[in-house]
Amino acid sequence: MKIEIRNGRVVDPSSGLDKPASVHVAGSKIVGVGETAPRGFQPEAVLDATGCIVCPGLIDLSARLREPGFEYKATLESEMAAAAAGGITRLVCPPDTDPPLDEPGLVEMLKHRARQPGFAQVHPVGALTTKLEGKRLTEMAELAEAGCIAFGQASVSVVDTQVLLRAMQYAATFDFPVWLQAQDAHLTKGGVAHDGAVSARLGLAGIPVMAETVALATILQLAGATGARLHIRRLSSAAGLALIRAARAGGLAVTCDITINHLHLCDRDIGFFDAHARLDPPLRAPSDRDALAAGLADGSIDALISDHTPVDDDAKQTSFDEAEAGATGLELLLPLTLKWAAERQIPLAQALAKITSEPARILGLTTGCGCITPGAVADLCIFDPAAKFTVSRERLKSQGKNTPFLGKELQGEVRYTLTEGHLAYSADRLL
Amino acid sequence: MRNPQLNENGELIHLLSLEGLSREIIHGILDRAEPFTAVAEREVKKVPLLRGKSVFNLFFENSTRTRTTFEIAAKRLSADVINLNINTSSAAKGESLLDTVDNLSAMQADMFVVRHASSGAPYLIAQHLAATQRDHIHVVNAGDGRHAHPTQGLLDMFTIRRYKKDFTKLAVAVVGDILHSRVARSQLHALATLGVPDIRLVGPKTLLPTAADRMIEGAPLRVCHDLTDGLRGVDVVMMLRLQNERMNGALLPSTQEYFKSYGLTPEKLALAKPDAIVMHPGPMNRGVEIDSAVADGKQAVILPQVTFGIAVRMAVMSMLAGGGVAQ
Repeated sequence: MKIEIRNGRVVDPSSGLDKPASVHVAGSKIVGVGETAPRGFQPEAVLDATGCIVCPGLIDLSARLREPGFEYKATLESEMAAAAAGGITRLVCPPDTDPPLDEPGLVEMLKHRARQPGFAQVHPVGALTTKLEGKRLTEMAELAEAGCIAFGQASVSVVDTQVLLRAMQYAATFDFPVWLQAQDAHLTKGGVAHDGAVSARLGLAGIPVMAETVALATILQLAGATGARLHIRRLSSAAGLALIRAARAGGLAVTCDITINHLHLCDRDIGFFDAHARLDPPLRAPSDRDALAAGLADGSIDALISDHTPVDDDAKQTSFDEAEAGATGLELLLPLTLKWAAERQIPLAQALAKITSEPARILGLTTGCGCITPGAVADLCIFDPAAKFTVSRERLKSQGKNTPFLGKELQGEVRYTLTEGHLAYSADRLL
Repeated sequence: MRNPQLNENGELIHLLSLEGLSREIIHGILDRAEPFTAVAEREVKKVPLLRGKSVFNLFFENSTRTRTTFEIAAKRLSADVINLNINTSSAAKGESLLDTVDNLSAMQADMFVVRHASSGAPYLIAQHLAATQRDHIHVVNAGDGRHAHPTQGLLDMFTIRRYKKDFTKLAVAVVGDILHSRVARSQLHALATLGVPDIRLVGPKTLLPTAADRMIEGAPLRVCHDLTDGLRGVDVVMMLRLQNERMNGALLPSTQEYFKSYGLTPEKLALAKPDAIVMHPGPMNRGVEIDSAVADGKQAVILPQVTFGIAVRMAVMSMLAGGGVAQ
């Protein structure tokens, strides 16, 4: 199908393009960007982007789809609809499904299920160790062949440092990226909230910042020694960020991301035991949140993720310590990026880079993806930056309805999403 | 965000925590408790303030002592009392906390007295009742996890007021396992609100929150790791119970060593003011946190605390569910 997107402001962080222009799509590719259509281009459909931004489709480096194993929390269909409504055209899913993604068959099945017109491209992270148990290495080469773009442990720590060393050595042998969350299992044990003034006052068992820094120091040293390509997921603290900066200054090529929740919220948002604020890693102190927001702006933090984790109501409507950690996020990634940009006066292209071109770079997708140039894949997000909406259970398309942002007014509404030239979402009508 | 235990007029509808309660509300409860201490002296130990009301003791965690004091208080107010030990019934069958609450609400409860192992569980119940338009049912927190034990905190304030009168001139030491203590948290909020200018938190680093001195914004909290520093010149010593499971392990090497450093002996108590009072929420571990000579000594007010506890719980229940004025 040939589609023309008219009257929009095209913002492409990868090239620095920011100007009013039309985008012409034919089949799965972008064929033209400019005021005039390519010769002979006859659009079969025209999308009016008046007042809207046209940017590359969003790339989310962590979204749990809950398949296989947790279909009562979410299904591929429900979460793909949410991704499309959020302007996301490509996403990475962590391996903590049930069973975990530790066998090629599981990965192939997931990839196969997700290969449907209008669905975002799904990039699974394979399990680094079988069953995520931290004992035996997975068949990484086989898993990579099946479609895994990296190897990790989701939020499960490898307790045995020797196994972690071996796993990183093995991954480095084949230049497979290793994605890890830095969290010392022992220092995290039993904790449910940041170890600070709020947890002290509310009587919630604390998870100290040390749980992140102790693990991170180990991981960074192992990465340096093994040469593994390292990406740190879900960084949560100022002290952790300082370790990343120091490692980079020492010559280590490490990338990292933070979640939309940790960018905007802190432990005070737990309020009166609000289980929506039960997250992993825990929301940290206000000073940590501010350091992360600054780090994202100065480039120390490469990408912003939704950390989408659909949690069913039964698992949230319980006491804070018993509640399951996690929040829905696919549909909030864009507005919360814009909120950060507005609050910190970050230029739009620079802000959008954190959810388009930068994640593409981390994924190694540097050509023809995450950008708006002729020949590139027609993954596009068209949004109205001025439109306001209130986050509500009814509005969220994800099966996960729980987020600390429920009831909050946000700005930036997706109008259309194109995945590989296919109109995956339109705010105007049900597809 | 509105404190869920207050209504839009700032009046108490539940008692979930002492945090956020004004000095006036706390003194109001203590004032209300005063005449109830006399009820126990009467031949007929009953007043009809809660006649016809149903009080459900929902104990998700066992506690014979606390449950009994609530039961006595409710019965002296002429309420019907239903005791439920949930950890041995519904929860074992997998029923969720809120399902249990829904079921009991349907039995026309007027008040839930809740004890739960999770910090914040009574908030969840109060918020659920509000969300389902049933907040005519009052919730009293009888101890939630490490978070709060507000009636204990109130009875402790009642005791201090009896013996010491003016809170704004006192030095108070809270000694022991503050990290895991809901009693300590309620005491600290009340002491801070009532204007105590010198509050000392005494214990080893393993039994204090990392941010102990910042846990209540603006409160004059001082951390002391040395019991001698903690006790010097204080008017009130509030001892905490050391739970069995904390005694031998990574938090403390042994009860003997704990007693040596933090046990309250007559020699240590001599550092406090001569008229200092010694309190303990019970049950005591003699020879672990407190020496028998102190527990049974003339400065101890531990048994009066128990007596006042009934009066304070009567005051709280009658204020929440009874309306009207104390007799």
